[in-house]
Amino acid sequence: MPLEFSAQSKELIDRLLAQYPTKQAALLPVLHVAQDQFGYLPDEALELVAKTLELSPAHVFGVITFYTMFHREKHGRNELMVCTNVSCMLRGGYDILRYIEKKLDIKAGETTPDGAFTIVEEECLAACANAPMMICGNDYFLDLTEKKVDAILDDLRRRWQERQRMESPVDPNRRTLMGVGPGAKT
Amino acid sequence: MSWQDAKDVKIVTKNFGVDGSHKLSVYVERGGWQAFRKALTLAPAAVTDEVKKSNLRGRGGAGFPTGLKWSFIPKEARTVYLVVNADESEPGTCKDRELLAYDPHLLIEGMAIASYALGCKHAYIYIRGEMMREARIVQAALDEAYAGGYLGRELAAGAGGGPFKLEITLHRGAGAYICGEETALLNSLEGKRGWPRLKPPFPAVKGLFQQATIVNNVETLMNIPDIVVKGGEWFAKLGTPKSGGTRIVCVSGHVKKPGVYELPMGIPFRDVIYDVCGGIPGGRTLKGLIPGGSSMPPLDAQEIDVPVEFDALMTDPRIKDVEVKPGVPFDMGGGRRLKTMAGSGGVVVFDDSTDVVALCARIMRFYAHESCGQCTPCREGTGWLARVCTRLAEGDGRPGDVDLMANIAHGIAGNTICPLGEAAAWPMLGFLTKFRADFEQKLRKAA
Repeated sequence: MPLEFSAQSKELIDRLLAQYPTKQAALLPVLHVAQDQFGYLPDEALELVAKTLELSPAHVFGVITFYTMFHREKHGRNELMVCTNVSCMLRGGYDILRYIEKKLDIKAGETTPDGAFTIVEEECLAACANAPMMICGNDYFLDLTEKKVDAILDDLRRRWQERQRMESPVDPNRRTLMGVGPGAKT
Repeated sequence: MSWQDAKDVKIVTKNFGVDGSHKLSVYVERGGWQAFRKALTLAPAAVTDEVKKSNLRGRGGAGFPTGLKWSFIPKEARTVYLVVNADESEPGTCKDRELLAYDPHLLIEGMAIASYALGCKHAYIYIRGEMMREARIVQAALDEAYAGGYLGRELAAGAGGGPFKLEITLHRGAGAYICGEETALLNSLEGKRGWPRLKPPFPAVKGLFQQATIVNNVETLMNIPDIVVKGGEWFAKLGTPKSGGTRIVCVSGHVKKPGVYELPMGIPFRDVIYDVCGGIPGGRTLKGLIPGGSSMPPLDAQEIDVPVEFDALMTDPRIKDVEVKPGVPFDMGGGRRLKTMAGSGGVVVFDDSTDVVALCARIMRFYAHESCGQCTPCREGTGWLARVCTRLAEGDGRPGDVDLMANIAHGIAGNTICPLGEAAAWPMLGFLTKFRADFEQKLRKAA
């Protein structure tokens, strides 16, 4: 079934288009908007974005597959982006990744069956002085230990369950729509 | 001025630790936007001259003189863009993220001054996609600057500058290391894959949307307000003869106090490690360090008396030349030798317990993952380096692997559109030059 942008997304896209001399230049920001609304970028979302920006679906596909943050498959509500690059590796980044994998019983790149977590092994996330570290949404989790990981995962799972209970089809709090020019709500 | 005299000078981190440093009211209270007001009383060219005098060099990695870069904008250019490179992703580098989080208004003021000097009416901040929290902070700061009348409003400018009005757009990337390369960044900002462009034409002539464009790093622009207020000469004096100001050094790995420190340009690595960062923990000793992000050839424990400054790391005789094989120095073209570079200021320290081959393999896997795939030597070569170095690290090395890696690295360097090829080849050759015994020991174990 063809997808449509929500009223909120449409307003956001209009504001975005005003920021650039070409429609194509708004592609990355509009893809962020689409992924925020739909949770991932299936063919239908890709076609919607292509139509909105008057681009070929092939171009949009080429761009989506070039950037690691755009995904074609559904991800878990909490994306755990765990760094294992040099600075983290030297301070136990791989141990932390293995610990999270064991605790959630999935490997990096996979999503838990309940849709609560996806683990992503990340390249350097620019918090090297606080290694090992990970990002989940807007939050940085720094100087990680196994004990800290336990508390973080418990907290994220509890918040995810509360949100599940609210049973909103499109959660307005689901990630923030940001980086979209003057007047954006933060 | 010796580096000790500049020990306590803070320019880009002057507002760190101040409550609410990311808010406009706090920024203004602490003298913010006065530099911009002063700049508007000068002719645009006079601002560029002051930056030239300051010996400010680009803090993104290449160390190119900022004032000189600005002067490359053609006089007849009708549309000029300023683009801020906030796509910090060089492993070991964590300064721009902190600068954005703690003092976004300093960046905005630096951008406003630079835009005035360049004749830019619309500037873009290209921020790394993963930095969601920082994007929120910077967007909130931009909203405040618009509301405060600093952006999006015509302001009177003296000395023939005419009225000046600036728009700034924050643009989020989406996860691609290569977009830190300026021409890849411009393609990405235009809504394309982040593929680097052939140069020339250089961005100053044909950049964003085929218009004259200057791409500057976050830290670089955050130095501009103080240069305008205190003068280029003041800034130049703080540093070494050819590199003005201070330098942000991000120290990670095996030190007692890792952190992001604003330090004098001339401070030697020894002082950074043992004085600023409290030395190596656990009673261990230093094995080596990466001086400026993972693209740069490492230094061994005997080479740390060299300052963190740009030219010293390229030329100091105390640093051994990087070799293709023992006794054969790598030629960067025209007989130029490669030592290392100051890069992005990301210093990664490793102690004597470190498996250097595994560390090097991790770096190679990074570049294999991030190669954009345009140029065959890099696309194929980085994959080979990652696979061969990883098998060696895991004890499955084959005879000839060490020479094989050196040959592949040598075949990549100089044969690609952008410097990602060198970013993989240089550390590979550098690790082999400085820690060859570690690689050979792995081979012996595998046999």
